[in-house]
This record gives sequence, structure tokens and C-alpha cells, in this order.
Amino acid sequence: MTEADSRSIAIAWPEPAGANGRQDDNGNRQRVTIGLLVYDRPGVLVRIAQVFSRRGYNIESLVVSPTNMPSTSRMTITSSGPAAVFQQIILQLNKLVNVIHARDHSMDEAVTRELALFKVGCNVSERAEVLQLAEVFRGKTIDISESTITIEATGTTEKIDALAAMLAKFDLREMVRTGKVVMARGRNVT
Amino acid sequence: MRGADKVLEALDQHGVEYIFGLPGGSVIPIFDALVGCQRPKFILVRHEQGATHMADGYARATGKPGVVLVTSGPGATNTITGLLTAHMDSVPLIVLTGQTTTSLLGKDAFQEADVFDISMPVVKHSYLVKDANQIPQVMAEAFHIATTGRPGPVLIDLPKDLLAAECTAVLPERVELPGYRWEPRPDPARVADVARLLQRSRRPVIYAGGGCIAAGAQDALKALAEKTQVPVANTLLGKGAFPEQHALSLGMLGMHGTAYANKALAACDLVLCIGARWDDRITGKLSAFCPEARKVHVDIDPAENGKILIPDVFVEADARAFLEELIDQVGPLDTSEWLALIDEWKARYPLHYPRKGGLRMQAIIDRLYRLTAGRAVVVTDVGQHQMWAAQFYRTAHHRQWLSSGGAGTMGFGLPAAIGAQFGRPDDTVVAIVGDGGFQMTMAELATAAVNKLPIKIIVMDNKYLGMVRQWQSMFFDNRLCGVDLEGNPDFVKLAEAYGITAFHLRRTADIDKVLTRALKHSAGPCLVHADVEKDDNVFPMIPAGASINEMLIEPPKHRVPAPAGTR
Repeated sequence: MTEADSRSIAIAWPEPAGANGRQDDNGNRQRVTIGLLVYDRPGVLVRIAQVFSRRGYNIESLVVSPTNMPSTSRMTITSSGPAAVFQQIILQLNKLVNVIHARDHSMDEAVTRELALFKVGCNVSERAEVLQLAEVFRGKTIDISESTITIEATGTTEKIDALAAMLAKFDLREMVRTGKVVMARGRNVT
Repeated sequence: MRGADKVLEALDQHGVEYIFGLPGGSVIPIFDALVGCQRPKFILVRHEQGATHMADGYARATGKPGVVLVTSGPGATNTITGLLTAHMDSVPLIVLTGQTTTSLLGKDAFQEADVFDISMPVVKHSYLVKDANQIPQVMAEAFHIATTGRPGPVLIDLPKDLLAAECTAVLPERVELPGYRWEPRPDPARVADVARLLQRSRRPVIYAGGGCIAAGAQDALKALAEKTQVPVANTLLGKGAFPEQHALSLGMLGMHGTAYANKALAACDLVLCIGARWDDRITGKLSAFCPEARKVHVDIDPAENGKILIPDVFVEADARAFLEELIDQVGPLDTSEWLALIDEWKARYPLHYPRKGGLRMQAIIDRLYRLTAGRAVVVTDVGQHQMWAAQFYRTAHHRQWLSSGGAGTMGFGLPAAIGAQFGRPDDTVVAIVGDGGFQMTMAELATAAVNKLPIKIIVMDNKYLGMVRQWQSMFFDNRLCGVDLEGNPDFVKLAEAYGITAFHLRRTADIDKVLTRALKHSAGPCLVHADVEKDDNVFPMIPAGASINEMLIEPPKHRVPAPAGTR
């Protein structure tokens, strides 16, 4: 496959996601952020996924990682679906035997971050502009080759979306994102 | 001790009397351990679905968890319908499935089925054991989860090599599950809210469901209803929570409920839903369901809050604990006008059936009710006979009515009656089944015969899948399709082939004679093949998705619009 071919395939980026929160999109769909503390047992992820899929919710990002407590994992899920059944999602998640708790962080003041890697194809003449853009977004250049630059960026989903939109004007070849992680502020519990 | 011995030890320690099941290659170690085992006793079935319904019937009739043991692959997948049935009706089951050896997991080994994942949507919880030393812990957790909070089925997948392996772990005394919580005691503030609403209400109704049975709330419910003079309607699964012969009883509500129960729901100003879940067969069109009433919802499962409708007050509690709290906070209400109105409806729209014409299921059930003095344990299948049994076999006692409600599982009746008779050896157990559902699990006649269970099986043979025929005839211009059970056997001969005593019942005049003979028969099972009217329809009926105001009390004279979503 030539470079030109691969470029022509890799263009269909989704529209940058809008502001987070409980506002209904068209058809009363909404985007939500849920933080879960789970007991680390086989099948827990499948059970959680079934709670979403059965009620018409699409999981957009899912981060699973260990915690500072033994035998537990932390999950952050961003999802969108019918606003009317969202309360059921939280209740049904909490009903699962291996879910210690599930909390809605869509509306609260929780700290959220995600990390993204962008591989941008650029020739020497474009390089300075790409590097400058990365700097504005506090991105780091972590790899550079004759024809590409790889940028690492961390921030809120909105910031990453904005950087993605800017880089799309260049030859953005690959984007890899971790998905959002969330942590409640101060004395609140995630 | 081998893993298999630990499984049996745990069952014994949890007081399990019977295991219903069928063997296979991957569970042979447990069957080996069962040789010479006094308790639990193993009951061999003819199909694994039958085993799940037997365990379910046992659990519903006794309140104790039912236990199933089957092999891997098809043995395990055959339990799925039984798991769904128990899950929908919140029945505690422990289903033990064999699994291929751990080294072959995921390699499409012989009789391997990923039943742990397949069953997830129809269980309360499930386990795939990966180490023989987990067995005691998993067994203890499974019993704890199945029987506490909102009860439900738990599946345990047991690889063969672990059953044969040495297990040194002991049964834990306490189970610790940080993510598993339930709260039987109601929040006093919520109970006070309910008391205030009740005290202000002029036309209250209690809507009692299966949760009242699970909680053992019958005495508390009767005490509250009598003290406050509030009428009580029960759901299909709530039959037995409140005596249907009581002056304050409205009988069953919903699609085929009594006209007076549904009229009371439509006119009430407060509905107290206790241990029920606003099922679509109860509410019909939700926006038109008791629109003027304040709604109180009491459930042990907080996830029921707002699932169907947003109540004015939701109380997370065990039905009995809630009722016992509430009764001290309310005084007698003046509901005399309301009760007088209900009595008027009762007089005007009683449950009835035509006395003329051929042999009718309603007449058989009505006579059965009288001949058993209303004291039999009644197990039904699913369909027209189930609705007529619910209407005409009035229940007064806890755990005397066993029927598949949420799942509507045809084939439930016979095996569930077998399980019930095992659990209640001294009671009269009657299985009322249709010709359709009966043929789905009738292989279990052998199980009933071998164990000499004195169950009475009444096969209501109308040679149709009658409930579907009723819909096609009422809503689809009588365009019948796929409902004619042409080829039904002679069920008397069929029973006799199993060595079971059986009688034909063809005429209304013979009902008492035949039923009396069947009820007297105590040496093993007895079957009555009732040749009933083919074209009878169940009324009252609220078409699916319609409002209570559209209830058909009599057969309609004009074409009825098809239920929403069917055409």
C-alpha cells in the first residue's frame, strides 16, 4: 500500500465530541461519565457491559486499571444513550454483586483527564507549525522521523478533541486515546 | 477430600434435601461422591429443563433454595430456560454445571459450552471455579446470594478436574462480599411519608406481589389491611399473600384480573405497591394506569425504583419489615364509601363462566377448588388454563400457588409440581396444565412415577395453543395460524404407558366423580385427561398495552383493535 492510499483510508474521524454533561442530544440521548470501583473477579466486565448494551447505551470509552486497594479495579466509562433509562444504568450497576459502587460523574466537578498520541505525517516545511501547535496544547513530541511527528497530549476530553481538530488539518495518520479517567475532587469519593 | 465431596458437604451443611439433575461425563466425580450419600438425595430427571423447574417448584413451595446438578455443554445450556424462569420470578436456585477440564477450557473440547457467559443475563450471580480450594467459599457465597435480598438463581460452573482434585479449604463461617448489600429495614422517614399519604387517602388500594410471599409478609399484610380497612389486590405471583376469600380482597389484578380489582385501580387515589414491579401485564398502558393516584413502591431491590414509573415514595425494604413498621403508624381509615363502591362492582361484575355448553376448564377448576376446600398446592403451566386457575382457584395460604409469571414458561407445570411434592410430601399437589405446555416437559411423568409422588395432573386438552388462538381470533379476524395441536395423543394411554393411573373427563356432569377419584388416589401420580371446549376465551381481558378503561368484561361483539405493536 502506498502512502497516498493509506492516507485516503484514514480520514473518517468522528466529529469532535461536544461538551460533556447531562443535556439531551437529539432524540433525548445523553453522554455520561461513570466511575466504578469493582471487585476484581472474572466476568465483572461482561456483566457491566451487558447493563449498558441491554438498555441501548453505547460505551464510548472504557478504562480499567488497578487501584491502591488489593483485589479491586477502577473503571471509568463514558457512554451515550437514552436519557430516560440512565438512572436504571446506575442502579443496575450497583446491583451487580462484584460492583462495590458505581457513581455518576457527568455533572459534578470531578477532575477528568485523558491521554492521546497523535502521529502526524508532515514534511520539513510543515514541521515547525505542527510542533508549535503541540506546544500550545502543552503536548510533548515523543517521536520524530523523516516524514512523521508523534505527539503526546494530556488533558480533558474537550482539549484533546480540540487538538485533534487542529491536527486534522495536517496529514493525521493515527490517533490513539486512552479514554477518560475521572477522580472526584477533595473529600468526595470517586 | 475431593472437590466433589466438598460440593456435597456444602449442600448438606446448607440443609439441602434434594438435588434434581441428570449426569454426564464432566460431572461424574460428583455422581461418584453421591454413591451411598444419605443427604442430599439425588433425583434423576429426564431433561435438564425439568430439573430446573423441579428445583424451582421445590423452592417456591418451601421457601428453601432448589438445587440442580447437570453436566457441561448441552446439559448446561438446557438449564437456561429454567434460570430465566427463576430469575424473572425471584426464586432462589443453585445450579451446578459440570465443565470440561481447566486445561481444555476455551478449546472447543467435547461438550464444552461457555455457560458462565451464556447465562449471565438470566442469573443473579454466577461463578466459574478455577481452583478446587475455591469450592467451599464459592458454595457459601452462592447460597448467601441466592437466598438473601431479592432472591434469585446462582450458577456455579465446575471443571471436572477440580471435582476430582484434592480440596483442603473449609466452608467459611461468614461470607464477605463488599459489593453485595441489601437493606431489609425501611428508612423510618419513608415509612412516615407512606403513613401520611395513607392517612389522607380516601380510596386506597394495596397491590401485593410475589415479594410479600418471599418475605413471609402474609400475617403483617392481613393485619394492616384489617386495621386500616384498605382493600388488597394481588398479582399472579402474589396469590396467597392475602386470602382471596377475605371481604377486603379484590383478587388478582391485571390483564386477566377481576373487573373489580381493575376498576378499583383505575379509581383509587393511592396505590401501595408492595413487593411487585408494575409489570406490563398489570399496568397495561402506563400513562393511563391509575393516573390520579399517588404511588408508593416498596421493594427490597433498589433498582426497581423508577424502572417503570417514578413513584411518589419509594421504600427500600423487605415487605414484612415495612408492613410491621407501618402498622404502628396508621390508625383505622374511613374507607366505608370506597368499600361500598367496590362491593357494588363485585356484585355487578363477578367472575363467572357460562354454565351451558360443553366441558369448561373454569368449571373443572371451580369444582377442584371446592373439592380440595381451597387447600391444595396448585401448580400451573402457562396459558388460558393458568389464567382461569388464577381466577377460580382462590388462594388463602402462602406458597400454595406456583406459576411462572414473568417468563411465562410453558412446560413449567408438571416438573414444578414434582418439585413441590418433594418439598411438601404431606400436602395435596395439583398440576393444572394445558395440552401445549404439558407436551413440552411430559417426559417427567417418569420422574413422578418412579418416585411414587401422589401429584394430580389435570391436562386441559382443548387441542389448541389456546391463548394465542384467543388473540388471533379476537384481534386478527380469526386468522388462525400455528395454534392447532392436531396430533395430540390420548393422554390417558400415555400416562398408563408410564404406569400412571389416569382418567378421561369428557362431561361436566362427571367432574366431581372423576376429580374425587383422582384426589383419593395416593399411590403415585394420577392424571386426568379433560376434553374441554375448544373455543373458550378468557375474560375479563385488558388487551396488551390498552388502558384499564378498555377492559373487556364480556366477549366483544365487535372487532377489537389489535394490541399496540402487534400489527
